[in-house]
Amino acid sequence: MSDKSASAYWAANVRVIIISLVIWFACSFGLGIILRPALSGIMVGGADLGFWFAQNGSIYVFLILIFAYAKIMNGIDRDFGVEE
Amino acid sequence: MDQFTLNLLVVGATFALYIGIAIWARAGTTAEFYAAGQGVHPIMNGMATGADWMSAASFISMAGIIAMSSAGGYVQSAYLMGWTGGYVLLALLLAPYLRKFGKFTVPEFIGDRFYSSGARLVAVVCLIVISVTYVIGQMRGVGVTFSRFLEVSTDTGLYIGAAIVFAYAVLGGMKGITYTQVAQYVVLIIAYTIPAIFISLSLTGSFLPQLGLIGGYAPTGGDVSMLAKLDSLVTELGFTAYTADTNNMFNMILFTMSLMIGTAGLPHVIIRFFTVPKVADARSSAGWALVFIALLYTVAPAVGAMARLNLTTTFWPGAVTGNALSADAIAISDIDTNPSLSWINTWRDTGLLAYSDRNGDGRIQYFNDAPLAAVNTAVATATTALNDARTAAGLAAATDLTSADAITVNGAVDANLQTLQTALVAARTAQTARFAEVTYGGRTVADLGWVGNELTRVDNDIMVLANPEIAQLPGWVIALVAAGGLAAALSTAAGLLLAISSAISHDLIKGTLNPNISEKNELLAARISMTFAIAVATYLGLNPPGFAAQVVALAFGLAAATIFPALMMGIFSKTVTKEGAIAGMLVGLVFTAVYIFLYLGWFFIPGTAVYANTAANHFFGISPLSIGTVGAVVNFVVAYAVSAVTKAPPQSVKDLVESIRVPKGAGKAQAH
Repeated sequence: MSDKSASAYWAANVRVIIISLVIWFACSFGLGIILRPALSGIMVGGADLGFWFAQNGSIYVFLILIFAYAKIMNGIDRDFGVEE
Repeated sequence: MDQFTLNLLVVGATFALYIGIAIWARAGTTAEFYAAGQGVHPIMNGMATGADWMSAASFISMAGIIAMSSAGGYVQSAYLMGWTGGYVLLALLLAPYLRKFGKFTVPEFIGDRFYSSGARLVAVVCLIVISVTYVIGQMRGVGVTFSRFLEVSTDTGLYIGAAIVFAYAVLGGMKGITYTQVAQYVVLIIAYTIPAIFISLSLTGSFLPQLGLIGGYAPTGGDVSMLAKLDSLVTELGFTAYTADTNNMFNMILFTMSLMIGTAGLPHVIIRFFTVPKVADARSSAGWALVFIALLYTVAPAVGAMARLNLTTTFWPGAVTGNALSADAIAISDIDTNPSLSWINTWRDTGLLAYSDRNGDGRIQYFNDAPLAAVNTAVATATTALNDARTAAGLAAATDLTSADAITVNGAVDANLQTLQTALVAARTAQTARFAEVTYGGRTVADLGWVGNELTRVDNDIMVLANPEIAQLPGWVIALVAAGGLAAALSTAAGLLLAISSAISHDLIKGTLNPNISEKNELLAARISMTFAIAVATYLGLNPPGFAAQVVALAFGLAAATIFPALMMGIFSKTVTKEGAIAGMLVGLVFTAVYIFLYLGWFFIPGTAVYANTAANHFFGISPLSIGTVGAVVNFVVAYAVSAVTKAPPQSVKDLVESIRVPKGAGKAQAH
């Protein structure tokens, strides 16, 4: 592949990574820790929102994130013709 | 059939399975020994990674750490988020590119990318320190599980475990370990979830523990949530509320981050992603790994909360439907005769649980006696001082503190005894005042007739190990928990031992000492290194350096501060130089280790700590557990600063970075 499309491919990858990491941070450190006191009035069943995200919710988001990243990157790989 | 025979049968059957897999999956080449021939299906690899990652600590200890935390269960969420969130970093930042690189070890990548055998050696040192500290805990876990369930000594258990690992790790290398780990995952996840499902059903009526955690408390009809019930009971007994917020948010964030980047930087986890055929497989395999890990990690907090609730209602029978103090505490006669409470004495025999009837009322009061600790300690100290002095003077221990005889020696008043006696009287007065002042459930300690907490020891591990007995499940479930604990410890030990042995045979022998070694001889060297690593791990397991709990902090802190930043810069930067990477790793290593040693003693030698390990002494409130995050930042800063003033990397290195960023062509590496 040419240098130009190589750098475009990498830029596309880094963009997906940054968006994913923002979500990764928001669901664990954000909802699970930093925003917990502010959101203590919102309940998920018998737990407050922050408690639930810290003990269960963030793990579900992590799972979705990894599979979404894998799927999006497979698409980008095909667009740039670098898939195997 | 008695419980011991059942345990023996179930554990024996799982061991026979592991040995059978070892014989079937022998390694014939170095590629098979180091990376299972790079032909492992991503879902299989995900399952193996789950077993590789989930150690004795995850299986046996984690739920109990959450359940029994004195700061409340919420604060320990750092473990849940940290030990799973790291897989996001692995999937996005490391695994696909390292798979594309297509070689066998973490130091090999660091050596090639930073065009320096010095960098490779520094990485080997970091890898060995991290993995050896980690493996000690696994070997102990094997020994302890054996001794609890199979009536052999801890040392004998350790030898048996080492022999099993030897059989499949030396024969099969990564190939044998991978397929054994798949089997071990199945054993451990079944063993973990079955008791959890039954406890969730009985406490919340919910089949899924994940829903039980946020469900209603079933014994009173489900209107009150399980967590609210737990909170009200533990606060009534003077404990911190289970869902209480952290009092040091900054430290909790750093601790969680440290566990996340430490996870992503653990060599024995990273090398699992070298075993899949393609770059796309490395991405999805990290997702599958987290699926299998999440099956345990989303259940663990439910096990923690429910086990704590079960423990509380066991010792306060009135708590099942009312307040904890709405009925008397559990009677010792009940513990001794009621079959459904027999687990208490079973675990008391192991020393993991202890109780004593301090106020002599025939009942065991379980509560948080921290508010009484100061006055009780003062009375105990003053009593000992007086009695020691009386013994020295040839008198019997003091009984009556009011009569003048008590301080009279040979007909004369002894000034020293008088002072000590006055001190004791004062301490007792303060104690009486305190007892009249501290209340539980609206009643004073004096009114309740308590003197202190009588459930004097509850080991964290009981929360998982005793679960089947508490829930009165059949004997085969208990046997399965024994097999599950062993599977968790053995699978992690094997992964760590492979990381250590491949660093020795591939990075040290093939990479540095004898680059012309033949394939056949390298495979032999790998097997000898594995044998050596098992021998060292067994020795250290038999003679633990006495810092078992602290080493986990060291392993994660060092992985976070050394390997993770070096790998990330190697992939995401073309400008970081060999000098920058080496300086970054060394400064990160020394900074992190020194901060931990300041609080836990130099090289963990007792008595050499510079500061007491208490929150008040921590710099900016950062505990030694959390310092890895700061170490990682220091590593990045030093590496970029040194790179700015040293000669840029050669073109070949820039080409290498270009090539690992593009997935195409990873399959070729299989042939090499």
